[in-house]
Amino acid sequence: MEKEYITIISGGHFEKNVLRVISEDIIREFHYPVIQQVYSFDLSCYYHPGRRQYDANGILKEVLEISPPDSIKSIGLFRVDLFIPILTYIFGQAFLDGNTGIASLFRLKNELYGLEQNNPLLIDRFRKVIIHELGHTFGLIHCPYPNCVMRSSTYVEDLDQKKNCFCKNCREELNRKRGLELMTGR
Amino acid sequence: MAKKISILIVDDEESVRDSLYNWFIDDGYAVECAESAKKALSMLEAKDFDIILADIKMPGMDGLEMHKRIKTLNKEPIFIVMTAFASVDTAVQALKNGAYDYVTKPFDPDDLSHLIRNATTQIVLKAENEHLKNKISSLVDVEDLIGESEALSKVLKEVESVAQSNSSVIITGESGTGKELIARAIHANSSRKYFPLISVHCGALTESLLESELFGHEKGAFTGATFNRKGRFEMADGGTIFLDEIATISPKMQIELLRVLESKTFVRVGGNKEISSDFRVICATNRDLKSMVKNGTFREDLYYRLNVVNIKIPPLRERIEDIPRLVNHFIKKYCTSMSRDLISIEPAALKHLEEFEFPGNVRELENMIERAIVIGNGKEIRLKDLPMGKEVANSSIESLDDLEKKHISMILNKYGWNISRSAKALNVDRVTLYNKIKKFDLKLDE
Repeated sequence: MEKEYITIISGGHFEKNVLRVISEDIIREFHYPVIQQVYSFDLSCYYHPGRRQYDANGILKEVLEISPPDSIKSIGLFRVDLFIPILTYIFGQAFLDGNTGIASLFRLKNELYGLEQNNPLLIDRFRKVIIHELGHTFGLIHCPYPNCVMRSSTYVEDLDQKKNCFCKNCREELNRKRGLELMTGR
Repeated sequence: MAKKISILIVDDEESVRDSLYNWFIDDGYAVECAESAKKALSMLEAKDFDIILADIKMPGMDGLEMHKRIKTLNKEPIFIVMTAFASVDTAVQALKNGAYDYVTKPFDPDDLSHLIRNATTQIVLKAENEHLKNKISSLVDVEDLIGESEALSKVLKEVESVAQSNSSVIITGESGTGKELIARAIHANSSRKYFPLISVHCGALTESLLESELFGHEKGAFTGATFNRKGRFEMADGGTIFLDEIATISPKMQIELLRVLESKTFVRVGGNKEISSDFRVICATNRDLKSMVKNGTFREDLYYRLNVVNIKIPPLRERIEDIPRLVNHFIKKYCTSMSRDLISIEPAALKHLEEFEFPGNVRELENMIERAIVIGNGKEIRLKDLPMGKEVANSSIESLDDLEKKHISMILNKYGWNISRSAKALNVDRVTLYNKIKKFDLKLDE
């Protein structure tokens, strides 16, 4: 069976309209249909009491394990604070040129930085992180172009500077890689 | 990016290695990992990395010890140490050993990005610096040494082979053949190229002046020595000293020079402190030093000390095939410096240049071209713009030597034998004028 769709796996509660705009973004940027799944993760086993955060590497591996086998890529969506051993926090994580990525909106909240809550901005940031991580799963690396969604972002302000779409170069690279994947059946 | 920056991650914890690997791969770096210092060292023996990110505390060899060993491999990657436990002592030790930076785990993602970006900038700047230095050196060679004749190619090959050594060199050749240019080329292609090349025209200085010039002097050493002054040997420390017209130095200076060459130490005139300097000596002369040794006017021991390598520059008349190229070079040089449009040379004028003997060699040709550009019509160099062109037209039956002798004598008398003013009027340097006076045996009363 051909792998022809991208799966969104909700690892927490996300409103329907949020999932809808995320699906529309993915379809627009990657030209694959999207299916949505809800999965009940036991995140407690990834909790690090000392850091009071969740191990992103472990969660990423579990998302890979539960991904539908015929899904071309899967992205797990979370609401918890993610970390990897060397970094104090991350917004998302993905296997470069792999099948899986994860994204969390925890660190994207304005109120975490002493600002007023802003839900539309939060969702806007989250959508960018999702497209960015899925871009990695298609083999795209960080882009130097300031507006490109593949630009590396370590602060939320960086996320706000970029658009929710690929620049011309990343778009061409994505098409080239997609073509290769279709040819090799990966 | 022309070449991917390569990063080696050394950490005994797999999760750290994997996390850093994924982080840097996303940024487009070429990343490899090693689980121990020992493995990293063996990888470094086979391959170079631009940046090494290593944990300090690892079982077996620690990060600091690994850094020391990397230095013995003669490799210079940017070394960044990381540890889970911040300790000022280890940080200071790491930086003292030459580490680029020190970070504690876990890092703020932004700090890590900045750190690697800064390290990358340094690598790029270093590479650019090397590239520019090489470019500067090659410009020195290409710009100044013009010609493709077999005779000149032989000289250039000798320059290339001798440049990398520290051996003393004697450059021989007639006046105006470009002895100083060859000395500059040797220096520019040697490992001393980033240190100065100091030139001393021995023939233009009296014995006492030369002594002060070479060794420097202390304040009050002689009348007029109101300040301490560094000598040329001192200024050439790390670089090269070029002693032009070495055959003209007095027997006393020959002994002094031999002593300095043997010990590389000297004392300033009027001083008592011994100064050491690391320099290479290149000498030049248009005289036959060997026959001077035979007749006792030049010390044999000094001759052998200086004459480790001998490069003989052919006179221009032995490489006439280089004349058109030299003419074009000088036209370009002087038209540019005079802010004029580039001009050409009339075939008849070029033919005459190719047939001319050029006793003053390339310098004489250069002066002729400069003069012709100044007095010419601004479009091309004509036969009548060249000094010997006029003589051809006048059908003079006097030899060129006779004419040159007459002209020099006339100018010297005009300026009351003031060498500087006469040399300026003749558009030659003082050394050349001294040589001409010797050659034609000109005397004050003549």
